[in-house]
Amino acid sequence: MSVSIKPAPTHSSASGGGSADLGREPNKVKPRSFRASDASALFGSMLAAAALVWLLFGVLLPVDNTAMASLAWMATFLLTYRFALKHTEGVLVARDRVMAVVVGALAAIVLAALTSIVIFVTVRGIKYLSTTFFTQTMEFTGPVDPSTEGGIAHALVGTLQQILLATLISVPLGVLTAVYLNEVGGRFSRSVRMFVNAMSGVPSIVAGLFIFATMNVGLGWSFSGFQAALALSILMLPTVTRTSEEILRLVPGGLREASLALGSTEWRSTWQVVLPTAKTGIVTAVILGVARVIGETAPLFMTAGGSPVMNANPFEGAQESLPLYIFRQVKQFSNEQTIPRGFAAALVLLVLVLVLFVTARAIARPKVERTGRKWRRRPRRSRTRGHRAGTSLASGTARGRRGAHRKPRLRRPSQRGAQRSTANPTSTEEEAL
Amino acid sequence: MTSTSMQVDHGSLEPSLGSTLSANEVCAWFGDHYVLDRITLEMPSKTVTALIGPSGCGKSTFLRILNRMHELVPSAALAGTVLLDGTDIYGPESRATLTRQRIGMVFQKPNPFPAMSIYDNVLSGLRLAGIREDEPELFVEHCLSRAGLWKEVKNRLDAAGGGLSGGQQQRLCIARSLAVRPDVLLMDEPCSALDPTSTARIEETIDELRDEVTIVIVTHNMQQAQRVSQQSAFFLAEENEPGRIVEAGATEQIFGDPVDERTANYVRGRFG
Repeated sequence: MSVSIKPAPTHSSASGGGSADLGREPNKVKPRSFRASDASALFGSMLAAAALVWLLFGVLLPVDNTAMASLAWMATFLLTYRFALKHTEGVLVARDRVMAVVVGALAAIVLAALTSIVIFVTVRGIKYLSTTFFTQTMEFTGPVDPSTEGGIAHALVGTLQQILLATLISVPLGVLTAVYLNEVGGRFSRSVRMFVNAMSGVPSIVAGLFIFATMNVGLGWSFSGFQAALALSILMLPTVTRTSEEILRLVPGGLREASLALGSTEWRSTWQVVLPTAKTGIVTAVILGVARVIGETAPLFMTAGGSPVMNANPFEGAQESLPLYIFRQVKQFSNEQTIPRGFAAALVLLVLVLVLFVTARAIARPKVERTGRKWRRRPRRSRTRGHRAGTSLASGTARGRRGAHRKPRLRRPSQRGAQRSTANPTSTEEEAL
Repeated sequence: MTSTSMQVDHGSLEPSLGSTLSANEVCAWFGDHYVLDRITLEMPSKTVTALIGPSGCGKSTFLRILNRMHELVPSAALAGTVLLDGTDIYGPESRATLTRQRIGMVFQKPNPFPAMSIYDNVLSGLRLAGIREDEPELFVEHCLSRAGLWKEVKNRLDAAGGGLSGGQQQRLCIARSLAVRPDVLLMDEPCSALDPTSTARIEETIDELRDEVTIVIVTHNMQQAQRVSQQSAFFLAEENEPGRIVEAGATEQIFGDPVDERTANYVRGRFG
């Protein structure tokens, strides 16, 4: 709660304000709609509510329930706050402020839930993270061995292989489906879209069961990481498809027309114009798809099977994965030696997911910044031109791929070329619009 | 390098000095909506033809019929023939992609490909058509020079096309269209989104291109039509009627001494 009540302008200029060194600087005032009386109403209501709740729960009622007390405090506070404001500011302002408090409180609860998960797992897991934890397997470690023994090497390998395979299967399928839905269209597009939407509702255990029934029971294959990848790609496919479709829809139709008007076929214009333009968005779609399945446990039981031994061949034999490992350590063996290992593995998984999301955000960022950059680009551009004045035609077109890139965040020149091709594809459409 | 390449003979790169495009009794529909009624117009080579008329009278539709972009709208239908040097572009022998390579188009909104550099934008037409260019660097310079953009961008060919100003983007689009070596260039209000300076630059470009490419331009700017074109056609759609050509002829005559009263009213700014 940032309640800063500035002194009146005349006062602070007389005393020199906070910045005594820069005495001649004009006195800055930040206009705020939140005034001293508002602060007193807020804190006063909080105090009044706290006093009332203390009276009720601490003195009068014979119950000792913190959760109920805090709920009662929240309700009393809101009521008090509303009545206090209604008298001084009127009904509309009172409602507005109360809703602001409610929304803020709910946001704080969600944030608290998220951070507490991260903190809880970190606190319980970080102690057991060691080099051996990443290099060892559970081959020679039993349920009663100390927590410092054994590791997740086999689970990490399994997870990475399964996710990679699932990505390789579902991304081409998903992107092509999105291309079909958005670029080709046709009479089946509605039903395909409906199926994709329905698929996103398939419970993960059903996906696992389906692969188990067809591969294990039907074809007689034994557990393998590949089967897990198949089950996971069933779950990834709708996410990848729907996100890619949304992204492709953002590509302006003018670009398709322009490329068709140059005499291109539809496939070439999709492949060389539409997809490159949507590249950043499609990368985001892929990462969202991966994040969707990386923590899946249920389908892996019936497909990967799980194993305490390192198995680097995803096409044969049971394979471990991080979620399976966590389940086994925490729930199946469930003793003082295994549970810490489970938490440490959970921490690794959490970091993996966080890294993915941060990557997704970083890649998707240019879209958010596109309006501001339009203006900042001018001086950059002229500077680049100054550097390159006198560059001959040959070197200018030597495909050196230097020059004006469009991501202000990147500073390392060596990265520029590579990054520029993934730079914000949609800024021109914005400008054109 | 730059100075020497200027002296290179571009003879081999020149297109075939334009072609004659003629529309005969062209009609167009969107679904059941009849939008163009029997348009007959000849657009000879070495000539800029301006299509003028109020909004919604079918100028753009007619233009899109001329390079088979009309059929991209699912409900679109048409009748009549469009002859490019005597061959019907809608004939059974003709292919839409090849037709569009010979008849290029520049759109109202500048639309350079945002994922490509200026250099790649110029070459995109060839790449999209699967044509290989032996000396791409020289060729890019040639196309950009013809579009009047070379001097402004020669030091930043690998910059993104979207970073150019609107007028430069539009000239980049012209260069991109010219790179496919079209015989005809269709322009759909190419200057409506641009400022007067860029407009003047593009009009200059049009004038320079006139000897090499047949140009058909749709414009709402009467002065522009007078400045750039040698021949004009006035389109008009009466209420609940399809668009028709009211009057077509030499630009001087259409603007100086129009036969039809509606043309006179329109070009003198009395309606529309």
